[in-house]
Amino acid sequence: MTISADHTAPHSTSTEAAENALTEAVKKFGITVEDYMLPARHQIQMVDPDGRLIPESEQGTQPGHEYPVPGDDELLAAYERLVVGRRVNDQNSALVRQGRMAVYPSSHGQEACQVAAALCLSDADWMFPTYRDAVAVMTRGVDPVQVMTIFRGDWHGGYDPLQCKVGIQCTPLTTQLLHAVGVAHAAKLRGEDTVVLAMCGDGATSEGDFHEALNFAAVFHLPVIFFVQNNKYAISVPLAHQSVAPSLAHKAVGYGMAGERVDGNDVVALLAVLDRAVKLAREGSGPLLVEANTYRMQAHTNADDDTRYRESAEVAEWRAKDPVTRMRTYLTDRGLLDDDGEVRIREKAEAVATQLRDGLSEDVAVDPQELFRHVFSAPTPQLKEQSAMLADELARDAAASSSDQEAAK
Amino acid sequence: MSPTITTSSEANGNVSAATARAAASAAASAEAAGPQPVTMAKALNTALADAMHADSSVLVFGEDVGMLGGVFRITDGLTATFGEQRCFDTPLAESGIVGMAVGMAINGMRPVIEMQFDAFAYPAFEQIVSHVAKMHNRTKGAVKLPMVIRIPYGGGIGGVEHHCDSSESYYAHTAGLKVYTPATVADGYRMLREAIDSDDPVVFMEPKKMYWTKDSVDLGELRRLHTEGTTAGRTSEGRAAVARPGTDATLIAYGPSVPTALAAAEAAALEGRSLEVIDVRTIVPFDDDTVCASVRKTGRAVVIAEAHGFASVSSEIVARVQERCFHYLAAPIRRVTGFDVPYPAPKLEKYYLPGVDRILDAVDDLQWEN
Repeated sequence: MTISADHTAPHSTSTEAAENALTEAVKKFGITVEDYMLPARHQIQMVDPDGRLIPESEQGTQPGHEYPVPGDDELLAAYERLVVGRRVNDQNSALVRQGRMAVYPSSHGQEACQVAAALCLSDADWMFPTYRDAVAVMTRGVDPVQVMTIFRGDWHGGYDPLQCKVGIQCTPLTTQLLHAVGVAHAAKLRGEDTVVLAMCGDGATSEGDFHEALNFAAVFHLPVIFFVQNNKYAISVPLAHQSVAPSLAHKAVGYGMAGERVDGNDVVALLAVLDRAVKLAREGSGPLLVEANTYRMQAHTNADDDTRYRESAEVAEWRAKDPVTRMRTYLTDRGLLDDDGEVRIREKAEAVATQLRDGLSEDVAVDPQELFRHVFSAPTPQLKEQSAMLADELARDAAASSSDQEAAK
Repeated sequence: MSPTITTSSEANGNVSAATARAAASAAASAEAAGPQPVTMAKALNTALADAMHADSSVLVFGEDVGMLGGVFRITDGLTATFGEQRCFDTPLAESGIVGMAVGMAINGMRPVIEMQFDAFAYPAFEQIVSHVAKMHNRTKGAVKLPMVIRIPYGGGIGGVEHHCDSSESYYAHTAGLKVYTPATVADGYRMLREAIDSDDPVVFMEPKKMYWTKDSVDLGELRRLHTEGTTAGRTSEGRAAVARPGTDATLIAYGPSVPTALAAAEAAALEGRSLEVIDVRTIVPFDDDTVCASVRKTGRAVVIAEAHGFASVSSEIVARVQERCFHYLAAPIRRVTGFDVPYPAPKLEKYYLPGVDRILDAVDDLQWEN
């Protein structure tokens, strides 16, 4: 099987190595490279919206696209994170309504994607999230209040990306996918087995950097998983206005990488697909594209009015596919979750909500001099001058207000 | 996997032991001793090779920089010397090149990337403005981006459309970017080495019409001075140079306009007027002290730049000098810049570019009569 016989670079050993590694990976599945790259004919779904495990023959799998059901411990851990994630979303939305936060782009309804994106990674791996992926970042282990700093308004980011191995939640769409590619490239050059998961939404797949990132990752054969949460809307614009591809996962084949689509409200299927994607990427079979078919249950942010562009019937239809209740039913029916377990998990979720309320209700003092401190590794003479100007302005304000107080006495 | 690639020892913490600064001498062995005629292109090429020898986290990539050695041959021989993992061609996508470099810099590398021509860098503008410039600030200093974006810029080569822009003002206007532009062969070597060593992102603007300019330069001596200068903290950053001393008026120039200013000063000397020429060298950070000391001494100034004058680096320089030197000025500061028109076709560029006569006319206008 040759996939690039007509455009192999004459001197590029890296391209040959890439092709061989991919071909080797595909051999294991006993299918052609094209069949490996194309997503399965149907989305992968393991647990249906009613919480029933679907028989293997109906899970959407076909040769090379079979996925084992993850272990019970992993599923229970995932359920706990789902409950915490839902509570985080609803707590944050409440904090916005109370005026404690400027804005919160909620992932309510997408928690299965959020949880699976974090749980599939190892500690040394990296994640590059968007502004809507706060729950994924928290699930990765980053302090919830640090995650929310970006929306609290005292700085543009609250955690140390190097320490957490999580990029700062990115606002300009898909620009962070290229950073993911760079992190993976650097790791590969040093011989490290880091995997990088790069997140974006359906609307973002229209951006130029989406194309450039997928192409770079494929050409350099890098262990990057592009995880697209297709939540059907880019603010108000529906998916049909972004793409007429058979699915977003089908875009993979154009770059020479494998694509798969999965029920984004089924955390069991998500974990199964992402776990295998991470394993393949770590073993050197190159990048993969995973599209999760999900739904943004709430408006884009509190500033948006979703009744202007979608029907409530559609929202209701998706409410019936809720990822949290689906998993609760599945685990309860399997005898893995009982009332005590549920209570324990809810207590954990409540503890995180309390942490968020306390952390975000706090009036954090801002230091105006911080403006100048991190522009460069050391301030330039011009920044020192401006810093002194502001210090002087503040000192004069303080002196004026204290003399006003004296006069009032 | 290459064992020779390690994490940058200076940026982003996770240090690996093997930086091989001593290996720089390998490049030196092939060179003749003492001052030799050297082109700007050779000086830049040598700086890249020396930096790659000195630090295995320095990577070079871009379009046509591998086998071909770059359309201007600035990366000539690097792939042969350092292998395809350290100097390589990317897919043809400038945003991809810059964005991937951001990720590499986050993860311990020192990427030096080439934008093939000034106007070809525009697809990367979002990455440069939204991420390269802001990452350090956004993360409260936790993430450093030690990367260099090399951009051949400016006209005077008879280039077709999109190959002759002076785009420095876009970058200089963006908080968080340093902007260097050498105007001598020696500075080409010196400043590129310093840009690569810097923990801040540097947009390195190379005056493309000067690539084949030759100066008598001792590259071995420059290499030795760089190693010592770095350890002694003596750098070019924020230090303008007096390219030609004078007493009657100051010509302030950078990059490709420096040789034009020097030619104007030479011509003025024949008419009995002594012009001092200041080479700005690093637009960001700007050396107010050297520039203002000269203007206070002469009392007259002309700023020269190829870029359009409106809302440009030249307007910034005039504003800064005026704010600081108003009471020393005998005349308003003049500018000689490109007109506010798109860069013209080759047969028209001589009318657009600042030239000696236009500079001398501006100098003549500096209210000399009592």
